Amino acid sequence: MNKGPKDILGELPKVNKTTIKRLLSYLKAYKLHCAFVFLCIIVSAASGALVSLFIQSLIDDYITPLLRDSSPDFSGLLRAVLTMGVIYLFGILATLFYSRTMATVSQGVLKKIRDEMFSHMQTLPIKYFDTHTHGDIMSHFTSDTDTMSQMISQALPNILSSIMMIVAVFFAMLYLSIPLTLFVIIALVLILLLIRVITGRSGRNFARQQQAIGKIDGYIEEMIHGQKVIKVFNHEQKAKEGFDELNEILNDSSTKAHSYANILMPTMNNLGFVLYVVIAVAGGAIALGGVTNFGLSGIGLLTLGTIASFLQLSRNIINPIAQVSQQITSVVMALAGASRIFELLDEKPEEDNGYVTLVNAKYNENGEIVECKERTGIWAWKHPHSDGSITYTRLNGEVCLYDVDFGYTSDKTVLHNITLYAEKGQKIAFVGATGAGKTTITNLINRFYDIADGKIRYDGININKIKKADLRRSLGIVLQDVNLFTGTVMDNIRYGKLDATDEECIAAAKLANADGFIRMLKDGYNTVLKGDGSGFSQGQRQLISIARAAVADPPVMILDEATSSIDTRTEAIVQRGMDALMEGRTVFVIAHRLSTVKNADVIMVLENGRIIERGNHEKLIAQKGQYYRLYTGAFELE
Amino acid sequence: MLKTLSKCIRQYKKYAILTPLFVAFEVLLEVIIPRIMSYLIDYGIDDGNMPYILKAGLVLFFSAVMSLVFGVLAGRTAAQGSCGFAANLRHDMYANIQDFSFSNIDKFSTSSLITRLTTDVTNVQMAYQMIIRLAFRCPIMLIMASVMSFMIDIDLSLIFIAFVPFLGTGLVLIALKAHPRFVRVFNTYDKLNESVQENLHGIRVVKSFDREDYEIDKFKKVSDSIYKDFSKAEKTVAFNMPLMQLCIYSCMLLISWFGARAVVACGGDQQIGLSTGELMSLIMYSMQILSSLMAFSMVFVMIIISRASARRIYEVLVEKSDITSPETGAVSEVKDGSIDFDNVTFYYSKSADKPVLDNINLHIKSGSTIGIVGGTGSSKSSLVQLIPRLYDVPEGSVKVGGIDVRNYDLVTLRDNVAMVLQKNTLFSGTIKENLRWGNENASDEEIKRACSLACADGFIESFPDKYDTYIEQGGTNVSGGQRQRLCIARALLKNPRILILDDSTSAVDTATDAHIRHAFKNEIPNTTKIIIAQRIASVKDADMIIVMDDGKICEAGDHDSLIKLGGIYCEMYTSQTKGGSDDE
Repeated sequence: MNKGPKDILGELPKVNKTTIKRLLSYLKAYKLHCAFVFLCIIVSAASGALVSLFIQSLIDDYITPLLRDSSPDFSGLLRAVLTMGVIYLFGILATLFYSRTMATVSQGVLKKIRDEMFSHMQTLPIKYFDTHTHGDIMSHFTSDTDTMSQMISQALPNILSSIMMIVAVFFAMLYLSIPLTLFVIIALVLILLLIRVITGRSGRNFARQQQAIGKIDGYIEEMIHGQKVIKVFNHEQKAKEGFDELNEILNDSSTKAHSYANILMPTMNNLGFVLYVVIAVAGGAIALGGVTNFGLSGIGLLTLGTIASFLQLSRNIINPIAQVSQQITSVVMALAGASRIFELLDEKPEEDNGYVTLVNAKYNENGEIVECKERTGIWAWKHPHSDGSITYTRLNGEVCLYDVDFGYTSDKTVLHNITLYAEKGQKIAFVGATGAGKTTITNLINRFYDIADGKIRYDGININKIKKADLRRSLGIVLQDVNLFTGTVMDNIRYGKLDATDEECIAAAKLANADGFIRMLKDGYNTVLKGDGSGFSQGQRQLISIARAAVADPPVMILDEATSSIDTRTEAIVQRGMDALMEGRTVFVIAHRLSTVKNADVIMVLENGRIIERGNHEKLIAQKGQYYRLYTGAFELE
Repeated sequence: MLKTLSKCIRQYKKYAILTPLFVAFEVLLEVIIPRIMSYLIDYGIDDGNMPYILKAGLVLFFSAVMSLVFGVLAGRTAAQGSCGFAANLRHDMYANIQDFSFSNIDKFSTSSLITRLTTDVTNVQMAYQMIIRLAFRCPIMLIMASVMSFMIDIDLSLIFIAFVPFLGTGLVLIALKAHPRFVRVFNTYDKLNESVQENLHGIRVVKSFDREDYEIDKFKKVSDSIYKDFSKAEKTVAFNMPLMQLCIYSCMLLISWFGARAVVACGGDQQIGLSTGELMSLIMYSMQILSSLMAFSMVFVMIIISRASARRIYEVLVEKSDITSPETGAVSEVKDGSIDFDNVTFYYSKSADKPVLDNINLHIKSGSTIGIVGGTGSSKSSLVQLIPRLYDVPEGSVKVGGIDVRNYDLVTLRDNVAMVLQKNTLFSGTIKENLRWGNENASDEEIKRACSLACADGFIESFPDKYDTYIEQGGTNVSGGQRQRLCIARALLKNPRILILDDSTSAVDTATDAHIRHAFKNEIPNTTKIIIAQRIASVKDADMIIVMDDGKICEAGDHDSLIKLGGIYCEMYTSQTKGGSDDE
């Protein structure tokens, strides 16, 4: 045991000290609670140990002398029993108090960790979400937190109280007899060696089981997601065989893991009996041999009461040891979970060195822009300069890229020398094959990713100087994959502008052409969207997301394949909504369907991260280049 | 429910019998041990009789070792039995899911099936293990320990027997009170997971609208209610230990008091009354009995918790696939690729107010190319899903090669009707492995040919590992267009009589799309091709174009005749080509 859990559990994940330290730091907020719990655990453990000591006193101080007494006086015994009663009562109350306090502490700590995880997750760059699977991130909130919850609320207090118990019993033993204690220590060392073997094997197999569960989870998830494909391809038998293989591995490891875990308790329990026998024999020999006994209580002969009580103590020390060894596995697993959670918390948040902010503004009598508190419908960029002066630039929605290079990883550039000017109110379209870099450009404008080289200016301001939140608020976005949130239709529209009135939301829905179908719903705007808005057609969901962008009323809009997954008939309706939304705004459109981009002011044809043609539809058709070939279907882009 | 579940025990039945048997022996020995101890104390230590101490010690040692052996055996068989049972449950559920028809799959959501197969099975496994191990242990312990203590002293035994109902009621009350609270916690957990999931999916939206703080507030509300409910539930359960201690300590003191008096009264003579050793063993029996009750209450809680899980597993196990091959006389050859819909009316659920397909009559010649267009929700996909009998029609009939699809052997039918689904999936594995789904024994040449038909050979060859390129789960490492073309190639490898593409080229560029159609026309002329598409260009050259609206076929004919008709199709056509050059 003193070799540390890592040693005991062999292949289980390594536990490092910083994880433990950091985990403990969460308890700081509950200093007083913890102190109280600690105190209560001591009281509770001590009263438990007293149970055995009382047996010694019962036999030696009362029964044996009273047996010799011809007219026994039981008043002393009564007093002793009542005193013990009071002590036990304290012990019971202490147990109750610490269990209840621990519930508050452990759940409080877990809440704090969860909140921190989620809050921190919100600050992470898009790159994090693009490079980690949702399942992986989710598991921090589910299994990792669960194992930790298990540890904090159960294992930790259990171990603490067990250790207290062990210490208390140990002192009680020393009090009674030092030679017998030595016997016990030797026996315990042997027992611990055995435990180490059992827990080590059980731990290793639990780790294997965990792996097997992970694999089978992954398999089930993949197969059930593709279940319809399996059906269409008559692949059921194959799918079953694949499953059975993994199921067998899981069965094997979990059987082994549980077997070892199951035999731990009976082993401990019965070895406790063996220890009992050893003590009885040794104690008997000492007592009969007339060897002097010495303990913290003094020197004398080994009495019957001492032996009886010692026997009781030896059982009391085995139980907590069994408890601790049983809990160690869960502690190690929890610490592994904790270190994964801390990994997430240590993930570097999105950097934001922007200092230019977006403020409400109005014109003063001199025709200058000044900041104001109320919403005026006019927005301005507030630009503090190093000399302390502040200038205001009206938000127009002009976006320019100069010689922009970019790569998701530093070794592979996906955009080369992109230069483009989008004037206020212009519609800029991007056309090109999948992977040509259309979406990447829009990812750069709202700074989901930062450019490697070149410059992007928004209303003449380098976007690196603009606070990200303000930059993004000035850009509306409608994506191909519509993401709606649980809540009413109204809530989802209001997502664009949290303080929007119902009227504003309805007006936005009307603008987006969504009002019609929403009114047809049974509960109208109060219809609750479940999950990701399933139950609504793709087109309807897209209309809601357009209304959401409309209520935000940003000067610049990015429409990324917003109509690709909508059929052309519905598209006509959605398109009308989008046209209304685009009115008077600078718009970046990405579309597969050339009909959608035909009326753009400028069309950029992208290939392998470069703009190879630019101009309006007529010009590009006249040019008879890539766009022309694409348009006439005579050329394959990929 | 229990009957269905217990059928899954099968080859592990012997463990379900052996475990309680071993447990019974273990308990028997555990109960005998305190008795031997009392002899050891009374006749050995008290009388100063060393040989007796050794003799009793040996018996004690032997009993402990035997009890250990049985304990270990019981632990192992319990693990084997419960893990095996769980493995069988998973196997049976998964096998049944494989037999599910589309409508069965639609009934359970994917994520719920996954939870049922994992978390729920684990819960039931734990409960099952507790039942075969502890549920027997407790009553046996209770009875044997009581008998032993009655043999020692009836009056004193009554003391702790009196505590049994008291403790039992207390434990049950606590469990009953905590249970609804835990149920609430679990529900809130679902909400928490849902909100994280939603946030992850919509992270781009969250960031674009600068709603990070709003989302954090939303999350905190849920995490706060978890905090409140969970600490409440745990505070209720916190009464368990103190209650237990209260009973044990009270027993101890009462037995000490009355026991001491009894010992003194009889002069500590075993023959007359109670001895010191016997007093000690009584105390041990009281602890054994009361802690077995504690364990029993844990079993009780576990059973309550796992009940919901058991029900959810049961639901999957008893779900009967509503589509199966006919039991006798199944047709095992598809003659040709002709398709007939006769008066077909179809709905997904019997309670629907409006049929999804309304009296469809449609006759498709073998080898022809059919285009289907129509708005979302116009039931295009529903129509074609009836051809490989993914759903059964409640009215009318669907015929392939002149024979009703219900008369075919399912495997034969589906092998001959290849369908590229709208929501298509690639599986983790190499490109080749994925393609072989279509035909296990396909040669490299056949694979290459299918890929070239689907215009997939170009990009596959451009990968460094070519056909051995590893596809990540869900096909995330290839583009949408590439994924669709791989799915088409996979379907082509089946060499089907009928090929259905349900909006399968939407992410493919127009030119490639045209290429693929061209290849179909020239390379697989005898296969009936049904193409559902949004792009008019994709269906323009079809032998027949069907326009669907609201579950009905509202227009049908070739491109020119439909344009002349000036209906929906014409409107779609002009809307898609509006403002462009006159001829596409």
